[in-house]
Amino acid sequence: MSKLLEVKNLSTSFFTKYGEIKAVNNVSFDLDEGEVLAIVGESGSGKSVTAFSIMQLIAKGGRIVNGEIHFNGQEITKLTEKEMTRIRGKEISMIFQDPMTCLNPVFTIGDQMEEVLKLHFKELGKAERKQRCLEMLDKVGIPNAEERLKQYPHELSGGMRQRVMIAISLLCSPKLLIADEPTTALDVTIQAQIIDLLKELKEEYNTAIIIITHDLGVVANIADKVNVMYSGEIVETADIRNLYYNPSHPYTWGLLKALPRLDMKENELQPIPGSTPDLLLEMDHCPFFDRCEYAMECCRQSKPEYYETGENHIAKCWRYHPDFPKEA
Amino acid sequence: MFKYILKRVLIGILTIFVIASITFFLCRAIPGGPFDRDKPLNETTIANLNAKYHLDDPVWKQYLRYMWDVAKFDFGPSYYYKSETVNDYINRCFPVSAVVGFLSIIVALALGIPLGIMSALRQNKLEDNITKVLTTLLVSLPNFVVASGLMYTLAYKLNILPPALWGTPQQAVMPILALAAYPLSYFTKMMKSSMLEVMDSDYVRTARAKGCSKFLMTYKHALKNAVLPIVTSLGPMFAGTLTGSFVVEKIFAIPGLGEQFTKSIFNRDYPMIMGLTIFYSILLIVFVLVTDIANAIIDPRIKLEGEES
Repeated sequence: MSKLLEVKNLSTSFFTKYGEIKAVNNVSFDLDEGEVLAIVGESGSGKSVTAFSIMQLIAKGGRIVNGEIHFNGQEITKLTEKEMTRIRGKEISMIFQDPMTCLNPVFTIGDQMEEVLKLHFKELGKAERKQRCLEMLDKVGIPNAEERLKQYPHELSGGMRQRVMIAISLLCSPKLLIADEPTTALDVTIQAQIIDLLKELKEEYNTAIIIITHDLGVVANIADKVNVMYSGEIVETADIRNLYYNPSHPYTWGLLKALPRLDMKENELQPIPGSTPDLLLEMDHCPFFDRCEYAMECCRQSKPEYYETGENHIAKCWRYHPDFPKEA
Repeated sequence: MFKYILKRVLIGILTIFVIASITFFLCRAIPGGPFDRDKPLNETTIANLNAKYHLDDPVWKQYLRYMWDVAKFDFGPSYYYKSETVNDYINRCFPVSAVVGFLSIIVALALGIPLGIMSALRQNKLEDNITKVLTTLLVSLPNFVVASGLMYTLAYKLNILPPALWGTPQQAVMPILALAAYPLSYFTKMMKSSMLEVMDSDYVRTARAKGCSKFLMTYKHALKNAVLPIVTSLGPMFAGTLTGSFVVEKIFAIPGLGEQFTKSIFNRDYPMIMGLTIFYSILLIVFVLVTDIANAIIDPRIKLEGEES
C-alpha cells in the first residue's frame, strides 16, 4: 500500500493580541490508502486544528507556520487557494461535529448535495446528478430519497442530517474523509449507527478516514491506528489493539481509565485531574507534567522525545527512555 | 396560508377599529375646536358650522356616525379646506409621499446591502471604518438636519439642485436622499452584523469544505441567510419612512401626505387627523403582513401559523 497522506512537522499557530497560540506543535503522522486513523484527545488538544490544517480551512487568525503535508504525492500547503478548492470536497472531504448547524438552512438537501457534483463534475447533466444523489442517500440509509431531496435541513433529525453530510462528503468518492467528532452531538444509539455506516462505506469506497474524537470508545471498532494528542502534540501513536491492550503514555492511561464502563458502580468515573496547559506559554517541560501521577524530576526539567515502546508504537514520555529502569 | 392571511386581516381590522376609536376620543379631548381662529368667528357662524358637521350632536352619536363612514372608507370632509374631502387629499398627496418613500427605501437597500457586505468582508480595514463613522453619523442625525445640510450644500453652495418644491426629477433627489439616510445606515449596520455572524457559521464552513470558492461561499451560502433580517425589517421600515416623512416634506415644501398631517393637527381638522391616522395604520399593518409572508417564502424554516408542515 502506498502512502496517501504524510504530515511532516506540522505546526499551526493562532496569532492573537495576547501572543502566539501553538495549537498544533510539530506533529507528524502518515496514512495509507483505505486506512482509518483516529486522533484522540480532550478539548483544546489540537486535534481539530490538525484536521483543519490539512483542509487549509483554519479559522481566522490562524495559519500553518511550519511543516509539510503531502497528499497523494503533492505538497498541498504550497497550493494556491484556487488549487485547494479543487481538492476540497473532491479528494479530501470533511464532516463536522454538529449536524444541526452544518447544513445551510435555506437550501434543500437536493441543492446542497448536487452542489458538490456541480463544483467537481461539471460534465454531469442534471438527471445524472440527481441519480447519483439518490443512490448516495440510499447508501447512507436514508429512506424515501426522492422526497428527502426536496426537503430542507430543519425537516430532518440530527442523525439523518449527519447521514446527509456523509452522503455529501462521499459523493465525489474522495480518497480521504476527515470526520471531526462526527458523533459527539448525537444520541448514543445513533452514534453507533453512524460509526457502522462509516465503516461500511470505507470498505466500499476504499476511502481513508481520519476520525477525530475525544471518546476512545467510539473509535475502537473502526480505527486501524490511533494518535493521542495532548497540548498540540502527539504523545502516543499506536495500532488500535496495542493502544487498548498496552497503552504507554500516562495520559492515554488516564483517557482509558476515564471511560465509563457498563460494569462500573455509580460515581466511579475517574477523570484526569487538572486541565490542559495554557498554549500561550513557552514550555520546556513535559506538557502533561503537572497532571501526571508518575511525574519525575526529569519531566519538569526537559521535554521528552518519542521513544519506541513496541512495534509501530511510540510515546513521548521519559518512562520509555532507554535508561529508564525497567522493573516497575 | 389562506387561513393565516384571513386571520391576520381580521386582526388588522380590529386593530384599526381600536386605533380609530382612540384617535376619535383623543381629538375631542384636545382643548379648542376646529373653528377657533386668531380672530374669533361670531357665535352664529360657529353654531351653523357645528350644525353642518353634526358637531352639536352628542359625542356617542358623532362617534357612531364617524365609524360607519370609516367602515365605508369615507373619511369625511375636511373642516379646513371646504372644497375637498379627506379622501381627495389622500388621493392627491399620497402618491407623492409614496414615490419619495419608496425610492428612498430602494436607494437605502441598493447602497446599504453592498456597503454592509463590504464592511463585513473588510472588517476593521479602512473601508469598514469609514462606513462605520458615516453610518453612525447618519443614524444619529435627525432627518431634518440631513435635509437642511443637503439643501445648504447641494442647492445653496453648489447650486446643482433646485432647493425645494415638487414636479421635476431633480426636485425629488434631495428629499429622497434625506429620507434614505436613516434606513441606509440601518440596513448597512444590520447587513454587516448579520453577514459577520453568518460567515462564521458551520454551514458556511461546510460550503468551503465542499470546495466552494470564496465568491460562492459569500454570495450564495452566506448572503441568502444574511439578508433575512433585512427582509424582516423592510415592512416596518417602509411604513416608518412613509409616516416619518412629514418633516422632510415640510422642509422641501413637497405636497405630500406627511405635510398635510402636521397641518391638520394645528388646524384641529378632526376628520383629516383621524383619516390620516387610520390610513397610516392600515399601511403599517399591510406592510407588516406582507413582510411576514415574504419571510415565510424566503426562509423555509418559518411556517405561517395554521399551515401544515
